[in-house]
Amino acid sequence: MKFVTLAAAAALAIGLGSANAEPVKVGMITTLSGGGAGLGIDVRDGFMLAVKQAGNKDLEVVIEDDQQKPDIAVQLADKMIQSEKVDVLTGIIWSNLAMAVVPSATAQGKFYLSPNAGPSALAGKGCHPNYFNVAWQNDNLHEAAGAYANFEGLKNSFLLAPNYPAGQDALTGYKRMYKGELAGEIYTKLGQTDYAAEIAQIRASGADSVYFFLPGGMGISFLKQYKDSGVDLPVIGPAFSFDQGILQAVGDAALGVKNTSQWSKDIDTPANKAFVESFQAEYGRLPSLYASQGFDTANLLLSAMAKADVKDADAFRAALEEADFASTRGGFKFGPNHHPIQDIYVREVIKEGDVYTNKIIGKALTSHADAYWSECSM
Amino acid sequence: MSLILLIEQVLNGLQFGIMLFLMAAGLTLIFGVMGLINLAHGSLYMIGAFCAAAVAAATGSFLLGLVAALAGAAIAGALVELLVIRRLYTKDHLDQVLATFALILIFSEGTRWIFGSFPLFLDVPDFLSGPVTLPGGIEYPLYRLALIAVGLAVALGLWLLISRTRLGVQIRAGENDREMIAALGIDIARLYTIVFALGAALAGLAGALVGAIQSVQVGMGEPVLILAFVVIVIGGIGSIKGALVGAILVGLTDTLGGIFLPEILKLFLDPSTATSVGSSLASMAIYILMAAVLILRPAGLFGARA
Repeated sequence: MKFVTLAAAAALAIGLGSANAEPVKVGMITTLSGGGAGLGIDVRDGFMLAVKQAGNKDLEVVIEDDQQKPDIAVQLADKMIQSEKVDVLTGIIWSNLAMAVVPSATAQGKFYLSPNAGPSALAGKGCHPNYFNVAWQNDNLHEAAGAYANFEGLKNSFLLAPNYPAGQDALTGYKRMYKGELAGEIYTKLGQTDYAAEIAQIRASGADSVYFFLPGGMGISFLKQYKDSGVDLPVIGPAFSFDQGILQAVGDAALGVKNTSQWSKDIDTPANKAFVESFQAEYGRLPSLYASQGFDTANLLLSAMAKADVKDADAFRAALEEADFASTRGGFKFGPNHHPIQDIYVREVIKEGDVYTNKIIGKALTSHADAYWSECSM
Repeated sequence: MSLILLIEQVLNGLQFGIMLFLMAAGLTLIFGVMGLINLAHGSLYMIGAFCAAAVAAATGSFLLGLVAALAGAAIAGALVELLVIRRLYTKDHLDQVLATFALILIFSEGTRWIFGSFPLFLDVPDFLSGPVTLPGGIEYPLYRLALIAVGLAVALGLWLLISRTRLGVQIRAGENDREMIAALGIDIARLYTIVFALGAALAGLAGALVGAIQSVQVGMGEPVLILAFVVIVIGGIGSIKGALVGAILVGLTDTLGGIFLPEILKLFLDPSTATSVGSSLASMAIYILMAAVLILRPAGLFGARA
């Protein structure tokens, strides 16, 4: 074994196409239990599908459940770095967990590939050469929604988001692009399930539209109650309340709602078609945007493994920066702060047979980069 | 801030409070009669919602779903009492908290194992969907009015049960002196199972009713459980009347606090600070209420024991 390593190192030293010299060990920390498990399971399944398709024996993946708790995520990261000796970390869904894990992992020389969370702190001053975000910077989908509201000629939006950092980022993102007036702005409790009081305020506010960021179960509750209240102002949201995993639980209340996403199952590229088909064949359900992000993250990693040895951090980083893989989103490249520069689409919720899903109706932003890259120096 | 909006918000607070009452009534009964702290009460709420969603999806009938929720939660409650809780009556509260916390984990992962990780669909039945116009031109969802009516009916039924029936006499006696009613020849083990199943059925009913306008998902019971504990502390542990008054107080404080605190703060602060400070204060409002009640009446509003 040692001989093989030495031989590989020698080959590397004389630059003879040194790919796959050593196995790459990936630690995936994601949410697999509790209310947010649907997101983590989709990321994991998308990631593992790409790994399976590649059939690359040099890639080993260790998966652990963070239970959506920052302290558990930190413990898992320590364990993976110190005793499992992983080279690359990935998988975290929630921004508060990412903030707890990523800075220390990258400071210890590990690579972190984010399949979901994209807090602004890690895109601007806190950026790191070893941190790559394969999904989006948190503000992106909300900026797209603001741009779309202008396009629709909406002049008086009512904004709703949970009172926590990603909720504040969301409304900041929307307002960065949106040019109209604000009829009202409410921060709800995180995890709130009853929106009767907020809906009454919307009704009384004289707004012409509603923008809300309520991921997961919060969005399901809001949409069902909104439909039942008889308020019929148009609603716009980011894809997080309209992903494949939760649409079936919202039902008719979501039909026709416009939402913004960097991915949709009807993006017309061969890579995306193959992804949607193989995901359905493997797991018996339609993929969500989270699954596509997991799939892209694994393919980015595989593309870098084909070009460089993970032990040679500079070469591996350069290979990651090239983003030389067929993304499910079509065009995909990294900006200077290692966050995506990508198109963001507007989708509409439709019903195909018995299944609720999304279809693209337009493009909100083209080759969009985040607002923080100029603050990043690396 | 118009009068119509105010009335609508009061209705919202009332409806929220009534649903909390269904949870708190079972919790307070179980604590009052058996002296047991049941953290798994939120799991029974979740079981009710999942039973209702599964049966409503299979049969297309919301009412059958409600029946299934009542039955499913009651059966789960009776089983839990027979298999686990029965062994805990003589233990101290810390053991009970530990064991019932373990039950939360078992129920959550068991539910995920059976139904998967994605939320289930449960909708308001057609005959209750949409808004109605109340006198004065207030548009209000019919389903929420129905929730208020069902909750009040359950409160009335519970009051009749406790004050007018033989079972009610036994329950009241059990709260006062366990050894004595056992000595009088009442099968205390059976009484405990019945009370536990009754409390579970109420939680299951609440879960199913609320599930129709919220998200039916694993872990939905725990946030409600915390509020239900606040309610029974305010109302006085063991008192059904206290649970009703406490639940409505908490419902109104939570709903109206969330609306009016930011509005009041806007008089002094700029709007965005007022919104964020106001929402933070509003989430504390019910705990401040609880603290105030505990200072003035340490046993709660209607509590017998200090």
